[in-house]
Amino acid sequence: MSQSARTLDRIFRAESGSVLATLIRLLGDFQLAEDALQDAFTAAVETWSTDGLPASPGAWLATTARRKALDRLRHLRIVEAKASELALLIRLEREAYGPRDDVDVSPVPDDQLCLIFTCCHPALSQEAQVALTLRTLGGLSLAEIAHAFLVNEATIAQRVTRAKQKIARARIPFEIPDRESLASRLDAVLRVLYFVFNEGYLATSRGPLVRVDLVDDALRLARGLCELLPHEPEALGLLALMLLHDSRREARTGDTGELVLLENQDRSRWKRSHIEEGLRLVEEALRMGRPGPYQIQGAIAAVHAEASKATQTDWRQIAVLYEQLLRYQRTPIIELNRAVAVSFAMTPAEGLELLAQTGATGSLERYAPFHLARADMLRRLGRGDEAKECYRRALPFTQNEQVRRFIAQRLNEEAR
Amino acid sequence: MKYALLIYAAEKDWADKSPEDQKRIYDEYWAYTVELKKSGKMLSCEPLDPTPTATTIRVRNGKTIPSDGPFADTKEQLGGIYVVDVKDLNEAIAWASKIPDARTGSIEIRPLMNVPEM
Repeated sequence: MSQSARTLDRIFRAESGSVLATLIRLLGDFQLAEDALQDAFTAAVETWSTDGLPASPGAWLATTARRKALDRLRHLRIVEAKASELALLIRLEREAYGPRDDVDVSPVPDDQLCLIFTCCHPALSQEAQVALTLRTLGGLSLAEIAHAFLVNEATIAQRVTRAKQKIARARIPFEIPDRESLASRLDAVLRVLYFVFNEGYLATSRGPLVRVDLVDDALRLARGLCELLPHEPEALGLLALMLLHDSRREARTGDTGELVLLENQDRSRWKRSHIEEGLRLVEEALRMGRPGPYQIQGAIAAVHAEASKATQTDWRQIAVLYEQLLRYQRTPIIELNRAVAVSFAMTPAEGLELLAQTGATGSLERYAPFHLARADMLRRLGRGDEAKECYRRALPFTQNEQVRRFIAQRLNEEAR
Repeated sequence: MKYALLIYAAEKDWADKSPEDQKRIYDEYWAYTVELKKSGKMLSCEPLDPTPTATTIRVRNGKTIPSDGPFADTKEQLGGIYVVDVKDLNEAIAWASKIPDARTGSIEIRPLMNVPEM
């Protein structure tokens, strides 16, 4: 890709969500809006290469896309236009050309919020929510989404098409939820963004450990959401959580691409600007006095970020935060994390006691980190034989080469 | 926009309830239906007799073949239908979530197909 093509690509991706949002509100039709935006992109490639970039590319695209939509409506419907469509044409005509023809029409922030809530409506499957959000707000092509999730393009295309059809036919409204349901609806939005981030960051499926593109897309979308909803602490908490995790990106992989655990990372390689922004956001969010699970997870990441060495970690603080998190999400994995924090903050024996309670349900029996945590606490208590037994129990449940090598190493040590 | 709210609930659970509990749920349905009707958004309300009264028919090779029972054996059965005329899916969800059986059974929301001149 040439330099100028890359610049255009970046602009299109950054602007498409907001422009599309306004078009959908005006046209009430996802497909027509997308087609018109595509027309505007094509026109931009031609015009900008000769005239140079306009002062406000977003406004230029929004104005041009409206005119393109108008052209399409004229061509498609002029013969059989119904009264309602004629009314729409007239309104569009006024908005696109109107009395102030030379003034560019800027995208409306509220439209983007409407689009986010429409794309993440709980009546759509989560898979559809993710694909639709990346397509419309993230400006990703179907091929890019397919590549990111390692499924074929036809599958993604079908998912997006079906979702758009459902939005139209079941009439999922294009609106910001009322105060009463905002919190629960926002939760779905945050879940989609966090999912995209984790897909990139944890890269559970094949391929490289971190898929940078998805991480960047998630960060960009979360940032946009925070700009639109600056008084929603959970949105800020999620952005903080993402930034603080992503600050470790460079330190998280070793020379051969292997995973480096938090306690072994070279903390001088952590990205300071991310950490500072993340810490600031956590603080800002918590000061609003409406705590929630993303803020608490952000705060936990913040405590880790503030320790310049692993041994300086404030485990007492982390243990308290996990206890709070359990009030929102009582899952065995969070209980496990709390037990680990307690084992460092207090004593390994107290950690073991908590693990015994969690383990009693049997739900973590096939989860390697559970056995590894127990093994580590037993080892620290000098109960070598029991520790060895736990390390062995973890083996069948991890495919990760790094972890298996680590276990083998520990088994050797204990044998001595 | 018109939607059908299809109420699915386990008939067995209903049969197992005490007469007092059954009466309480009847009263809840009554209150809900009155509220919906007063809002001017209800087009129809059709409670169904339980599935032991159902007859299913199929026409194969021009022959009508009736059989006893509902078309499929499922844990929850279609027990009734409301048809509402509301603004959009969000409003339909709001009304559906107030149906008493939403708490134990399931409500399926289906847009009515818009067929012109029918």
